Amino acid sequence: MDWQAIGLSLRLSACTMLILLVFGLPLAYWLAGTRWRGRFLLEAIIALPIVLPPTVLGFYVLMAIGPLSPLGQFYESLFGSRLPFTFQGLLIASVLYSLPFAVQPFTSAFATVDRRLVEASWCLGVSNLRTFFRITLPLAWPGVVTGMVLSFAHTLGEFGVVLMIGGNIPGVTRTVSISIYDEVQALNYEAANQTSLALLLFSFTVLLVTYGLQRKVIQVWPTR
Amino acid sequence: MTACARIPSFLVLLCALALSQSAHAAELRIAAAADLKFALDDLVAGFHAQHPEVEVVVSYGSSGNFFAQLQNQAPFDLYFSADIEYPRKLADSGIAWENEVFSYAVGRIVVWTPAASPIDVKRLGIQALLDPNVKKIAIANPRHAPYGVAAVAALQSLGIYDQVEPLLVFGENIAQTAQFVQSGAADVGILALSLAIAPQMHGAGQYWEIPLEAYPKMEQGGIILNKTKELKAARDFRDFVLGQHGRQVLKRYGFFLPDVGKK
Repeated sequence: MDWQAIGLSLRLSACTMLILLVFGLPLAYWLAGTRWRGRFLLEAIIALPIVLPPTVLGFYVLMAIGPLSPLGQFYESLFGSRLPFTFQGLLIASVLYSLPFAVQPFTSAFATVDRRLVEASWCLGVSNLRTFFRITLPLAWPGVVTGMVLSFAHTLGEFGVVLMIGGNIPGVTRTVSISIYDEVQALNYEAANQTSLALLLFSFTVLLVTYGLQRKVIQVWPTR
Repeated sequence: MTACARIPSFLVLLCALALSQSAHAAELRIAAAADLKFALDDLVAGFHAQHPEVEVVVSYGSSGNFFAQLQNQAPFDLYFSADIEYPRKLADSGIAWENEVFSYAVGRIVVWTPAASPIDVKRLGIQALLDPNVKKIAIANPRHAPYGVAAVAALQSLGIYDQVEPLLVFGENIAQTAQFVQSGAADVGILALSLAIAPQMHGAGQYWEIPLEAYPKMEQGGIILNKTKELKAARDFRDFVLGQHGRQVLKRYGFFLPDVGKK
């Protein structure tokens, strides 16, 4: 069993989830409250990774972060290293790839928070930020957790994008899905089976715990 | 009539479109190693001129991938592998027509750098990989791609494997490996000569050929699948590739011929 790949995938998923939490929450909060007429434009852009094949995303991300692109050159002049075939490069692609899976649940969670409660808080002289953390976020919490679980799970199952830009380096970009693919290609069906089974059990457990706690803490499926 | 009533007829139309297929005379489906991309496209055009009644459809990919698919009855008539071991194994398991494995070419590998690279690969040869400008070296995945196996063997026999090993990145097949270098994401690559001299890559970079002695002979072979419904077309195509014209094309695209490459 390829423990190194499993560890790498978990690390990539956790980092992607945290980044999406930090950047996705403000974005979703703004999206849920804005009356800007161009809102649909941003929503369409955020939802793109759901529709686009991973090959398109992988192809363009590799072009965009490669040393021939202005972005890649800027990064190299800043940090002296390059993004393709690194964990950071993979992380950028994963964040883009899982963006809608975090931002969409976040946004609908914020949209369902009763506005009157927020306004009551403001009327009592509580600051915007404090209101957000004391009122809005706790009320939106189920949707926020849904977004976190989905972005984590989606990154864990990512294959096409990693195949396109990863370069298959052990411990750096060889994620668990790539490792399984490799074993199948090399006709080591036994090894592929072991890692696949571990991944299957792990994914099932995560979803089981998530949905099992659903009514108490979080909500993914609608309650009856 | 409401819009709802129109939905069923619309679905029927969609299904009819999805199920309708244009009638072809004969369709020959080929699974081919990615290094054959340009040479085989040329060969298919030549074959089609002689046999206009046969429609040739080629899928390019990694030889190992096709091997696993063919073991599971993938619907191909012909298989051209970059490593003759795969067709041999398929013949052993009894899915090759007449158990016959044909050898069609010998693969060659080169060190390739993009035209914009400061590294003079023609002068430096294999030492180009040790240039301080080199941050990433792309090779095909040695776990399952024949060109990756050859690349690692060459690096080992030329005594620089340990030095370059931390810089290696692995393409899923030789075509993706080429894409890694061509896009600049990797600085140097070990590619198939057939890709390096193909029109699409020619002029985009320069290369140095790795001596044949540095790696095991890359004999490339294929089979006709015994489940084929187009046996005549499949045999015609095989004979065309192994014949005078086919040999010339393969040679032009940087392959040694099976009998020439022998050591």
